[in-house]
Amino acid sequence: MRGLINIVVLAVLLISVNSCKKDSQPNYQFFPQMYESPSYETYGEYDIFADEQSALIPAEGTIPRGFSLYEYENTNEDYELAKAELKSPLDSTLVDVDRAKELYDIYCGICHGNQGKGQGTLVKNEKILGVPSYADAARAITEGSIYHVIMYGRNAMGSYANQLNEEERWQVTAYVLKLKEDLTK
Amino acid sequence: MKKSYQSVANFTNYKTRELLIRFFSPNLLLTSFLFFALLSTSVFAQEGGDPVAGKALFNTNCAACHALDRKMTGPALRYVESRLLEDEGLDREWLSAWIRNSAAVIRSGDAYASKIYAEYNNAAMTAMPQLTDEDISNILAYTAQDPPAPAAVPAGAQAEAAESSGGISNELILGALVVLFLLLAIGLYMVNKTLRRFAEAKNIDIEEAVPSRSLWSAFVKNEFLMLVTSIFFLLASAYYAYGYFMQLGVDQGYQPIQPIHFSHKIHAGENKIDCKYCHSSARVSKHSGIPSLNICMNCHKSIYEYGGETTVEYSKEFYDGEIRKLYAAAGWDDANQEYTGETQPVKWVRIHNLPDFAYFNHSQHVSVAGLECQTCHGPVEEMEIMYQYSPLTMGWCIDCHKETNIQVKDNGYYAKIHEELSKKYGVEQLTAAQMGGLECGKCHY
Repeated sequence: MRGLINIVVLAVLLISVNSCKKDSQPNYQFFPQMYESPSYETYGEYDIFADEQSALIPAEGTIPRGFSLYEYENTNEDYELAKAELKSPLDSTLVDVDRAKELYDIYCGICHGNQGKGQGTLVKNEKILGVPSYADAARAITEGSIYHVIMYGRNAMGSYANQLNEEERWQVTAYVLKLKEDLTK
Repeated sequence: MKKSYQSVANFTNYKTRELLIRFFSPNLLLTSFLFFALLSTSVFAQEGGDPVAGKALFNTNCAACHALDRKMTGPALRYVESRLLEDEGLDREWLSAWIRNSAAVIRSGDAYASKIYAEYNNAAMTAMPQLTDEDISNILAYTAQDPPAPAAVPAGAQAEAAESSGGISNELILGALVVLFLLLAIGLYMVNKTLRRFAEAKNIDIEEAVPSRSLWSAFVKNEFLMLVTSIFFLLASAYYAYGYFMQLGVDQGYQPIQPIHFSHKIHAGENKIDCKYCHSSARVSKHSGIPSLNICMNCHKSIYEYGGETTVEYSKEFYDGEIRKLYAAAGWDDANQEYTGETQPVKWVRIHNLPDFAYFNHSQHVSVAGLECQTCHGPVEEMEIMYQYSPLTMGWCIDCHKETNIQVKDNGYYAKIHEELSKKYGVEQLTAAQMGGLECGKCHY
């Protein structure tokens, strides 16, 4: 009988040691003070901030270094204005087609399709419908309108201003124009 | 089932039809028959429009902003023609003019046009001059169809019943096994008891098993055996203690429960969304970036329900609930298609976390080295729940730096230094280690 008790005690001990390691909990650390310094983490939660998050947007009236102001508002009037007059600062030598294609395939191709026909994976899977082809005559996209829509989004499309910086937006704009040319050829 | 009828009930002119359906709803066969009958009449009523061709046209031209039974960027369009005619007195001619160039109709000072434009936050509808009269009549025929919902509901319910019965049968088998085992144990106990009683009745002595201690005492007396055993135990405990201390602070396999059940399997696997679509700062910064909710809303403004494969655990209702959680956090009012401004941060639980004394930069690995995300993060596109795939220990970093050759092709960043260093080491291809990837100060400073 005593042997049996010993075995049971041993089994309970083993199981309890084993069950201490849970995948939903992080492991123990040697010196937590060294692992986690008191400085603020990128996405940390701290009382001092509004909404308790350290991820903040720039203060009102300021722009980050390397950014420039975009003069057009997110309205239909300014869309038409940008469509008519906004021109790309990149000349043909500054357009890096390979990099632009890579960015386009990541951010735009998922809906607009890698050829710009409006047949991306999400459209084929019937998650998002009605994505137009760049060759659509009624829309008659220009570099100004492309940039404006990447900046602010339009109707069902959202803004991509925080995934692409200014230079990248113009690169993608150039690539979209190239796709449009290829489609209307 | 009531819900789907309510959408029909919005339109007063179809009240009688709705009543009819309610009346017959217990009898599904009859209902579906009735539906087919109604469907065919309403199709023929549409001046020869073809709803099938209309559906294709609708999906390519309209569906980005309109749904049949649901407000999106633009209004819901089911029965749009009859509604406009009855409520506003606007005919097909007005509708065609609106579809071909809504901006011109608004400019002409049309009262209803201005009203609807203002009601939908001044969202400009794209002009579609390319649509012919026939196209428009096809599209309107499609919007005039009755919702097919009642047929779909029982099918879904059946599938669910079948799935849940599969789950139950597994539990049943387990339960039956437990009961069987218990019965066996009780049976053996009873047999033992009866036999003992028989023995007692017939005056037979049962020899109780005498615990033999001879082996143990022999073992204790043998000093050599004791020595070997204790050395063995010492070594074994040293081995396990070493193993335990070495895995401290290593979170391989860490799989916390997140506040919103985000399935990488659905997003990156089934829908093939690039990792960098959401984690865009992995290209350009130290941190891979946790996407802000506006990136979720890029797609989920349009995708309000889950339409893929489901299991018992992860049902459509479950996934739809998670999308609701996203809407609540982003402050998106799905019914009115507008932001309320009442947002709340989502408290994601961080999985991959290097100690603060180690420097790591995503852009160096993603953009400069051109590594696939999966190299370190594992098959994320197959993970329903995200977990840490790699140990993220220093030894793991070092091993990879020793084995990985630097990408020199089309990489101006490395061209010159690579040329000189490869001459110095006398090798064709430099590894990351030979570029200085083992120097302490690169990661610890």
